[in-house]
Amino acid sequence: MSALLEIRGLRGGYGQVEVLRGVDLTVQAGETVALLGSNGAGKSTLNNVVCGIYPAWAGTVHFDGKDLSRAHYREVVKAGLIQVPEGRKVFPNLTVLENLELGSFTRARERRAANLDKVFAIFPRLKERLAQLAGTMSGGEQQMLAIGRGLMAEPRLLILDEPSLGLSPLLVDEMFGLIRQLREGGLAVLLVEQNVGQSLEIADRAYVMENGAIRFSGTPDELLGSDELRRAYLGL
Amino acid sequence: MFDSGILFPSLINGLTTGAVYALIALGLTLIYGVLHIINFAHGAALMVALYAVYLLKERFGIDPYLALPLVVPGMFVLGYALQRLIINRASHGKDENILLVTLGLSIVMENAALLFFKSDTRTIETAYTLTTVAIGPAMIALPKLVAFAGALLVSGLLLWIVGKTDLGRAIRAVAKEKHGAKLMGIDVDHVYAMSFGIGLACLGAAACFLLPAYYVNPQVGGGFVLVAFTVVVLGGMGSFVGALLGGLLIGVVESLGGLYLGESLGQIGIFAIFIAVLLFRPQGLFGAKA
Repeated sequence: MSALLEIRGLRGGYGQVEVLRGVDLTVQAGETVALLGSNGAGKSTLNNVVCGIYPAWAGTVHFDGKDLSRAHYREVVKAGLIQVPEGRKVFPNLTVLENLELGSFTRARERRAANLDKVFAIFPRLKERLAQLAGTMSGGEQQMLAIGRGLMAEPRLLILDEPSLGLSPLLVDEMFGLIRQLREGGLAVLLVEQNVGQSLEIADRAYVMENGAIRFSGTPDELLGSDELRRAYLGL
Repeated sequence: MFDSGILFPSLINGLTTGAVYALIALGLTLIYGVLHIINFAHGAALMVALYAVYLLKERFGIDPYLALPLVVPGMFVLGYALQRLIINRASHGKDENILLVTLGLSIVMENAALLFFKSDTRTIETAYTLTTVAIGPAMIALPKLVAFAGALLVSGLLLWIVGKTDLGRAIRAVAKEKHGAKLMGIDVDHVYAMSFGIGLACLGAAACFLLPAYYVNPQVGGGFVLVAFTVVVLGGMGSFVGALLGGLLIGVVESLGGLYLGESLGQIGIFAIFIAVLLFRPQGLFGAKA
């Protein structure tokens, strides 16, 4: 069986600057994969090239049997590869409800009402804030809204880019509890995080990225078992 | 100074003119207020629409009101194509480039009109051009009343599109958060072009309502575009309700200004209000504080 997401030799960057220098990464269906690495390693660039925001210079991206290597970002969403970006990027001038409705702009629009109920079951607090403008909510609430908006598209794979960034410790715990909940529901998750400890606790496998390429891939136990890797890349 | 016998008709007249201003300004609100495309070609596009209505009447005998289903979609297609094929490509997303590109487009359109139509001012004759309707003590030209009702109707339709449809939500989303919109699969280039198309479609409707009681020449758009930019800022950048009420207000101010100060000074009140708003309420009458 082929992988849900299969990235091979992916290169990309901005202008003349190459950021991704041949990335190989796979995610199987139902798997939670952690992508770790320090600031500037190229994690967010990888996400945005995979999602069709920036063009890939070379290499291939296959998702769910489709070739998305040069696909428009609309086709990526249509295929069910949904990214919840770093910094949330909710629509600040729209209400909570409108934000969620736009989550199903491209995919699963016909099941919008049913999916709204599902999102409210996961995030009861969003239901209390339907008419509030997203820009007036706290960072934690915006993060929940961003994830809820992503879930509205019925993702086959959810990319979460730094979901715990800027949240209080209590909210970080809540966030990882939520990711666990999504994973138990059978959703494949690619978790891009700087919070190494908690990411490795819930991940099936992990990748460590450095300088635009994958330096390690394996299980969390293997990663934590190697003193060299731990010191060099994880700061643990 | 004047009794209500003059004041009231002047007020009604101002409202009818104001409704058309509002319609023109609503199109600009979508393009300039929401998407921040400084569209200097807005007036020239109105002129093109007016000539289209004129030609349909003169060449094919199509009544201006019956021309609505032709001119509105036609202007929409023109707007979509202009944004997608010329403005977007030539400007590379830079505001100052957009400004120059749309200014250039307006010069091209106005001179093309000069070439084909000369600089003559043209009007059309319809059976109802001189028909008037009594509203209380006021006698109002029928085309102006139709323009008023039509402009309000189209404005309401536009408010519904922007407020209640997925396209409208996407337009507002793209205005503030392009990256987030792309990740929801919202095609940003398409949304920009749709907005531009809808903005110009408003001008198509305005042209059909205007021409029976107005005229067209290659420079006709200039006066309207100045008023439209004023209305957009007056109402509060990007506020549709603000543009609608701002347009009506400007129409009334212009009409009453004409009454008290004479026809040639009628527009002075518009800019007096405009300057006052910029000084004391820079976010506009209905705009959110920045």
